Amino acid sequence: MTVSELGDRTDNAASAGGGAPRGEERPVILEARDIRRSYRMGGNVVHALDGVSFKVRQGDYWAIMGQSGSGKSTLLNLLGCLDRPTEGAYLLGGDDVAQLDDDDLAEIRGQRLGFIFQSFNLILQLTVLENIEVPLFYQGIPAREARERAQRYAELVGLGGRTHHRPLELSGGQQQRVAIARALVNEPLVILADEATGNLDSATGREILGLLDQLHVQGRTIIMVTHDPSIANRAEWVLRLKDGKIDRIEPGGKHPEGVRVPESH
Amino acid sequence: MLTTFLRTVALGVRSLLLHKLRSFLTMLGILFGVASVVAMLAIGEGASEEAQAKFLELGSTNVIARSRKPSADSDSSAGMAARNARGVIYGLTFKDLDVIRGTISGVERVVGVRSVLKPTAHGSRNVEARLSGTTEDFLDVARVEIDRGRFLTTSDNLRRANVTVIGEEVRRQLFPFEDPIAKHIAIGGESFEVVGTMRSRGGASEKNFEGSDEDKVCFIPLATMETRFGFIDMQRSAGSRSTEQVELHEVRVRALSLDAVPDVAQAVRDVLKRLHEKDDVEVIVPLELLRTVEEQKRIWKAVLAAIAGISLLVGGIGVMNVMLATVTERTREIGVRRALGAKKRHVISQFLVETLVLSTAGGAIGVFLGIAIPFVVEHYADMKTVVRWDAVGLAFGISALVGVVFGLYPAMRAASMDPVEALRHE
Ligand SMILES: Nc1ncnc2c1ncn2[C@@H]1O[C@H](COP(=O)(O)OP(=O)(O)O)[C@@H](O)[C@H]1O
Ligand SMILES: [Mg+2]
Repeated sequence: MTVSELGDRTDNAASAGGGAPRGEERPVILEARDIRRSYRMGGNVVHALDGVSFKVRQGDYWAIMGQSGSGKSTLLNLLGCLDRPTEGAYLLGGDDVAQLDDDDLAEIRGQRLGFIFQSFNLILQLTVLENIEVPLFYQGIPAREARERAQRYAELVGLGGRTHHRPLELSGGQQQRVAIARALVNEPLVILADEATGNLDSATGREILGLLDQLHVQGRTIIMVTHDPSIANRAEWVLRLKDGKIDRIEPGGKHPEGVRVPESH
Repeated sequence: MLTTFLRTVALGVRSLLLHKLRSFLTMLGILFGVASVVAMLAIGEGASEEAQAKFLELGSTNVIARSRKPSADSDSSAGMAARNARGVIYGLTFKDLDVIRGTISGVERVVGVRSVLKPTAHGSRNVEARLSGTTEDFLDVARVEIDRGRFLTTSDNLRRANVTVIGEEVRRQLFPFEDPIAKHIAIGGESFEVVGTMRSRGGASEKNFEGSDEDKVCFIPLATMETRFGFIDMQRSAGSRSTEQVELHEVRVRALSLDAVPDVAQAVRDVLKRLHEKDDVEVIVPLELLRTVEEQKRIWKAVLAAIAGISLLVGGIGVMNVMLATVTERTREIGVRRALGAKKRHVISQFLVETLVLSTAGGAIGVFLGIAIPFVVEHYADMKTVVRWDAVGLAFGISALVGVVFGLYPAMRAASMDPVEALRHE
């Protein structure tokens, strides 16, 4: 199986999206309402995020860009429920997660989110298949089912023949593919990627971006932090941060025709 | 639930195998702690059981007085040495026997025994056996049983008959192929008719208190012994010859009940102290010795518990040290797992199980070694050992407990990490 032959999952997503129209009729699955995150550093307070609001609809592809220190990672951590905003509301699939406790956040991460990291972050003592299974393990999915699903996603990213290899036996691009399969295996609402191609050479990076493009085409929602301006061409929306605030939101290369720039602030 | 646990265990094993040497070295602390405790317990238990068996053998309601050759020291200094031309005179007398019989209450039997070594022969076969002169009621005060024939009777003593009851070892050596009953054997040059054989007292009691073979013995009537051999015994040692005169070697007093033993023991001691100015008798009270053994066992166990405690504490600290290092080293993995949906308790159980695998594996190998050591000791050091399964279970349980106690802190530390910080960790 390859990405282009995706099975049930895509059909479901498509029907849930109401025939996947690439427009505003698609449901909002993620909404930041004036979220702020500040750090206390000795005497003074650093406002890493200073009132950020935007909506992500199902099937969107967002690129978050900005200078170093502008708050990109802070924002992605908040969207990924790894951190809680100091102020503001964050709605994910309709629930406000800003007030949830640690266990609830872990559950939401496991069920609704898929992470792709710059440095792959595979667990070295586990095989490819076992790495892909990790999110399912924490949701108590029975071993047999988890194995089957992991196998399916390994094939999806083109690593069906490498399932018993250890991460260090794979190339960087292959490792990132494993990470992508792992991010997909729990069928998340959103895939969050932090510089997913940052540790790869440009050819391999393009390959990974191509894979993400295909996932997007099939209806998956992707939010990606990046430094790479060319990625803006692949995304539908580009959110530019500056000093913890949204500088502007602009349409990306894949911006669907006839859809206006969403209101942000 | 169970499968989740098993998967966590499998994961723990995999993580530990990633650093085989480190895991092994960490295990050693617990391993040796458990092994030494199990082994020492088994050896201690064996020693005390052996001692208990020996004392029980003497009869727990018995009070046993024995003749003891006074040391040369007390001999000369006291100036009381009953020394005559023929040699040393010491030990229990028939008078002692009569006084004990006549004055001490709470006593069921009083039996005198005279024992000397005599060459014993049948045809061309011979053996140096212990010859014991005694009376028919010896059967009541000693753990001996007749195998075939009969024991000595009252009339044997009255008639001063030349009859003997032989022990299993004597039978084996003199009559390997024949029935000994009604045969005549030569003991110290006199002819005796075999009227009975004793059942073997083998096993733990094979060697008696003094280490002589309990089966290598011939019983004859005490009166016959007095008539045929007298009281004088020739001693040969290092080329020189000396003689000694002992009327009785042992007086066995059997109390009516266990409760009566202390009073009877005291009375026997008092009587003998009065009748013997020399230090030439000793009183053995098996019950007192048993109590002493039990007391020693308690002390031994307390000492072991302390050693076990210390060694497992040291092992536990080693485990904790390594687990803290492991947690730090795997900060990134913890962050990743948290991002992928692991709750704090998942992280806790992961590291706790890992510590448990380490400590129980150490415990299991330790138990194995702790059982093997006594086995080897028993074979090569001729010591009895007893592996008690409750002790093994306890040692293993403690090793698991060490895992929990010393694994909890590193595990909690892993779980309390902030996911964002953990993911940023290099
Ligand atoms: N844990 C933290 N403690 C203190 N300040 C922080 C922390 N994390 C981020 N910051 C600050 O918040 C701002 C935004 O950081 P970040 O989100 O990492 O930026 P970016 O990812 O865009 O480079 C920076 O000024 C940074 O110093
Ligand atoms: Mg950053």
